[in-house]
Amino acid sequence: MRSADRPLSPHLQIYRWQLTSVLSILHRVTGVVLAVGGILVVSWLVAAASGPEAYGAVADFIGSWLGIVLLLGWSAALFYHLCNGIRHLVWDTGHALDLKSTYIGGWIVVAATAILTVIAWVAGISRWVG
Amino acid sequence: MRSPLGRAIGLGSAKEGVEHWMLQRVTALALVPLVLWFVIALIGLVGADFDTVQEWVGRPLPAICLVLMLIATFYHASLGLQVVIEDYVHGEFSRLGLVIIVRLACVALAVAGTVAVLTLALGAAS
Repeated sequence: MRSADRPLSPHLQIYRWQLTSVLSILHRVTGVVLAVGGILVVSWLVAAASGPEAYGAVADFIGSWLGIVLLLGWSAALFYHLCNGIRHLVWDTGHALDLKSTYIGGWIVVAATAILTVIAWVAGISRWVG
Repeated sequence: MRSPLGRAIGLGSAKEGVEHWMLQRVTALALVPLVLWFVIALIGLVGADFDTVQEWVGRPLPAICLVLMLIATFYHASLGLQVVIEDYVHGEFSRLGLVIIVRLACVALAVAGTVAVLTLALGAAS
């Protein structure tokens, strides 16, 4: 068989996804997403230093539907990247590298991301309303 | 960071792989408390008007934490994005070009954010 005809892995249509590989690629995706989100943080700070008009424009964007959806996505990405980053730092010490631990750690990260995102938004919304 | 044996045999990265790996983790460690602080601070600022935000950014503790966070964030981002680019962009020229652009953008963003914070912290804002 010529090398070009060899089956390539993974076949994405019939690929059986695993938690570990999905979380791995998500770490990368959220990292890139957060880098883009960093632009908004800097815009917010520069606007605050520039004056009320510039700040109003950024605040209007953040308060718009698109801004809130982006903020929701960024907050979830942040908590995920933070939790999974800690999982990576634990691995770097040589711990929890066996198959069972990677799954347990993975599910802890998923749960922690969901809980932290919900807590942050409940706290934020209750401050907004109250 | 390299072991004496590794240095003597001369194997491993021919570039700055160890420093890259280490700095990615050092900045990650720094970002754990900084980012948690930032999220809590932002929740506290929900609904705040322009004057409140200006006053808050200019206070010593927020200003210090913000500058530290900006430096750690964009250092971490530049290292991480470099790895992503090196994995997926195959042409030597476009790969190097993209890495340079991303690094310059990260430096520019970190400087812009830091100057904004210092402007408010040092009372130079109009």
